[in-house]
Formats: sequence, C-alpha cells, structure tokens
Amino acid sequence: MSLSKSGDALSKTSAGTNQAEAFSLSASMMEMEAMAKKLRRHIITMTGKAGSGHPGGSLSAVEIVTALYFKLLRHKPLDPKWSDRDRFILSKGHAAPLLYATLAECGYFPVDELTTLRQLDSRLQGHTDRTVTPGVEMSAGALGQGLSFAIGVALAGRLNLQSYRVYVLLGDGECDEGQVWEAAMAAAHFKVDNLVAIVDNNRQQIDGWNRDVMNLDPFNKKWQAFGWHVIEVDGHDLAQLIDASDQAKLIKGQPTVIIAHTIKGKGVSFMENNPDFHGKAPDAKQVEIALRELD
Amino acid sequence: MRETYGQTLLELGRESTDIVALDADLSRSTMTQLFAREFPGRFFDCGIAEQNMVGIAAGLAASGKVPFASTFAVFALGRCFDQVRMSIAQPGLNVKLVASHGGISVGEDGTSHHAIEDLALIGSLPGFTVIIPADAIETAQAVRVAAASYGPFYIRLCRPRTPLVYNHDYSFNLGKAVTIRQGESATVIAIGLMVAEALKAAENLEREGINCRVLNMPTLKPIDEVAIINAAAETGAIVTAEEHLEHGGLGSEVAQRIARHYPVPMEFIAVKDTYTKSGKPGELLQRCGLTAKYIEQAVRSTVKRKVTQAV
Repeated sequence: MSLSKSGDALSKTSAGTNQAEAFSLSASMMEMEAMAKKLRRHIITMTGKAGSGHPGGSLSAVEIVTALYFKLLRHKPLDPKWSDRDRFILSKGHAAPLLYATLAECGYFPVDELTTLRQLDSRLQGHTDRTVTPGVEMSAGALGQGLSFAIGVALAGRLNLQSYRVYVLLGDGECDEGQVWEAAMAAAHFKVDNLVAIVDNNRQQIDGWNRDVMNLDPFNKKWQAFGWHVIEVDGHDLAQLIDASDQAKLIKGQPTVIIAHTIKGKGVSFMENNPDFHGKAPDAKQVEIALRELD
Repeated sequence: MRETYGQTLLELGRESTDIVALDADLSRSTMTQLFAREFPGRFFDCGIAEQNMVGIAAGLAASGKVPFASTFAVFALGRCFDQVRMSIAQPGLNVKLVASHGGISVGEDGTSHHAIEDLALIGSLPGFTVIIPADAIETAQAVRVAAASYGPFYIRLCRPRTPLVYNHDYSFNLGKAVTIRQGESATVIAIGLMVAEALKAAENLEREGINCRVLNMPTLKPIDEVAIINAAAETGAIVTAEEHLEHGGLGSEVAQRIARHYPVPMEFIAVKDTYTKSGKPGELLQRCGLTAKYIEQAVRSTVKRKVTQAV
C-alpha cells in the first residue's frame, strides 16, 4: 500500500481490485506509523496556513483516527454514502483538521484541498459539516452531541439488519457535557453493542487541566457505572488501539468505551500538554519548528 | 389532536418499517404510546433526556429511518435548542419533531409547561418546516405530509380537545393558507386553537356589518406570502391570532411580509411580553387576551385605522 498521495491507497485493497468493493485499508504497522506522522504534518500545515484552528486536540487523536481509517473501518472513499460502511463520528468536531487530513489521504477528496481549511467557500469548515465534506458523518462543533447521534446510527443498523459498526470519538473535556451522560445511559439501556466510543483522554481542556477545570475522575468507573464495557489503552499505541477495537467486537449486549490515554499536542514539543494550542494555530516560525520535529 | 397524532403515527408505522418513534417519558401524553404498544422494537423511550432524544433521532434519520420524536413543546425546543440546531436543522436531516402541549392552553401546570416561545425558536432555524394544525383533521394530514416529505419538520399540537374547523373532505396543502371564511372588511390570520376563536369573532362582527375574512395559516414556515399579500390588498386590514408570544411567531412573520409588500393597519393577538401563570385553559386564554372578544376588538381597531388612514 502506498501512502504517498491521495487515492493511491485505493489501488491496493484487501478485497482485491474493484475500488467499489467493501474494503479496509489493511495498512501495516509501519505504514500506519508513517501515516500518523504525515497526518501530524498536515495538521500543522493546515492550521498554520489558516491562521486558526485546533491543533492540540487534533494531534492527540492522530493514532486513534489512523488505526480506524487505515485498519479497522470498512469504507469506500469513492462511495462515501455506501450504506454498509462502518461509521466514524467525530463528536469533538474541533479536531476537524485531523479528520480532513485523514479523509484526504484515504482518497475522499484531493490532498491539495487541505490548504483551503477555514477559507470562505471551502468544503473544509472550521468545525465538521456533513453537508459539504465527503466522508464527514456529522455536523459537530457544539460539544456533547456525537454520542447521541452515534446511538441513532447504531440503532438504525440494528433495525436494518446491517452489520456495520459505529465508532464515535469524544474528547475528555467534552464529557463535561450532560448530554454525554444521557447518551451513555441510553446506549447501555438499549444494549447498543455495535457502538464503540473512544475518548481522546488528553486530560486537558481550554482552561487548563481537567482536574482543575472540572474533575472527571474516576473516569473509567463512571463509564462502568453507566453500564459500559471499559478498555483503557495508550492512545498513541496503534497495536493497543487495534486490539481494543477487536476486543470490542466480542462484547455483546453492552456498548464499549475505549479510554485512550493521550497527550494533547502530541508530536510537537512546544504543543505537548500545552492548552494554549487547544484553539490556537502555530505561527510561521512555529510551523517551521514543528515540521522539523515531525520530519 | 394528540389522539389523532398517536393514531396516525401508528398507521404510518404499519405502512412502513422505516417509521420509528421516540419520546422522552411522555408517551402517555403525546400519545406515541399507541405506536409503542404495537411496535416496541421501533420505539425508543429516551427517558427524561430530550437532548439525547434529539441526537438519537438525528442519527436514525442520517441512516435512512424516518424518526418521529415527541415531547411537550416547551421541552422540545427550550430544553435542547442547540441539539435541534446542530444535529437536525443544519444538516437538514429527516427528523419529525411533533410537540404536544403547545401554548398556554396546557393550563394548570403553569409557566414551566407553557410553550410560548417555541415558534420563535423553531422559526429561527433555516430549513425547518413548521406546522400548527387547527384541528384533528388537519393534524392527521399534516403528520402524513411530514412523513412523506424529506426534511426536518416541527408540528405543534395543543393539549385540549379542539373543536373541528374542517370537514372530512378537507385537503391540507403544505405551505398554503386556507381561507375558511370569506370577507372584505378585514382579515384575521390565525393558527392552532385561535382559528376556532377567529371564526367566532367573525360571526359576531358580521352583526356589526364587518365582513371578516378568516385565514388559517397551518404552515408557519415556509409561510404563504401570496395569501398574506392578497389579504392585505383585498381587505386592507390584518389581525393575527396565535397562542404564542407576540415576539417571533405568526404576528412577526406576517408583519414582515406586510411591511415589505403591502403595508396596511395590523393588530396582534398574542401573549404579551410576560410569563404566564397557572389556571384553567379558558381562564388563561381570557387573561392573555386570546379569545374571540379580543380578536373582535382588534379587528374593529384596524378597520377604524384603515378608514382614518384612507381619509
């Protein structure tokens, strides 16, 4: 599998030659590691060029999204509305740069388009917009809404006897929102076992460390108490993320949450664990330094 | 109205497996329980969690289902405006919000249960179709039209049993006003419960020699501009009547069209800028000035202004 430019990935699918067939991009561990670095570079370049955006919470979820799109999901980049696709719902919509970079690298749209992030008339809105971007499942940005949406998608799959799985990525800070826990209760109540929530647990939110702003601990016990199967992993370890997702497939009668322990701003020294870069783009100099670090 | 909704939803459920229903622990009042009893697998009681209900409905709609989500009007938007805005309206998803207990005719439950802002809120969201049926016959048809039309719908029902305004041969046309009484002296444009009051007022005014046109505007959005402009041109005076705040509802919508296209004297029968209290529905409607008597006064006033302005 070549990861060099948009669309190449499509030519070598696990299913064979037909691009329209169901497939997952079964990338090797080494390819995924290279892709993760590439996505980080995109995030820096995109937000740097836009002059705004959310690099911190994009960088922390790179491995999570890489494992999903290049290994776990069954999807067809040339047929984004394919009814049996596995769904990835980005609830933390501010991580849009990461999702856009990933979708482009999968071939949903040209990689060149990434530089239009946040510009007038761009398909790449500041926060995800399902009406304009191929492959984007949900209009997000107002936090706390994705898990509910994902339950609806999962229930529809169950009603339609479709075998797709639904993955939803939440921020840990996002879990301050009451709706997340309404949804957590409901997912367990409705026994939605084709749903996996992944929490990008970078332990920071805009105003600082979660524990200082709004303490979420004991986080895993909260999910357990709400009736979820809980798996905790190193969110920058692709193998652990893949194992956890595979394990979730075996859990019946309850939803699974993967609490992925991550570092906000991961991969760029001056962004790591620095809430300043939650919603601030790097300037030209910082872009240069960051790209050097990600070389 | 509510019984009719429950019954119609049940019928729709029998006709298509894509119809699903959601409620927030009020299925006995919204009457989604009729659907729930026959189709438990397609009914999702979300408990007292309206935000989550709206999100689940959006997800179901995004996956090809036709979800009807119901609760009281005051919670359907007041509780979860952002969810309705971002999960349903912006993406234009095929969710049908059917809110019961609109307005103040909810009665004794008081302020917390009186939805007097819901039309302003829903009307502010691009893409939503908004329907306020006047009686059970219109309710049944509106619910069917919503099911058959792609896109987000808000249907507002009221709690009390309402008198029938229409015959069984009535045919609801989305986006079209209905002239239910002819007249040349003035036009009362009404929605919901107020349509029956407007008809009463028109009968009383006839004895005074004022021939009042009564226009039902079941589709508040997109509103029937042509009917409004014609009413202004042909009768020269407009009174709106609604069970909603004066701000942001039918009166505001009509006034914008009148101001832009055909200025004539207007009056507004609506809840003034206040919170309401407990009381029997009839008492509250009287207290807030939402009865035939007040409509008559408003019509007389606009007719008088029409004459003065003409001179």
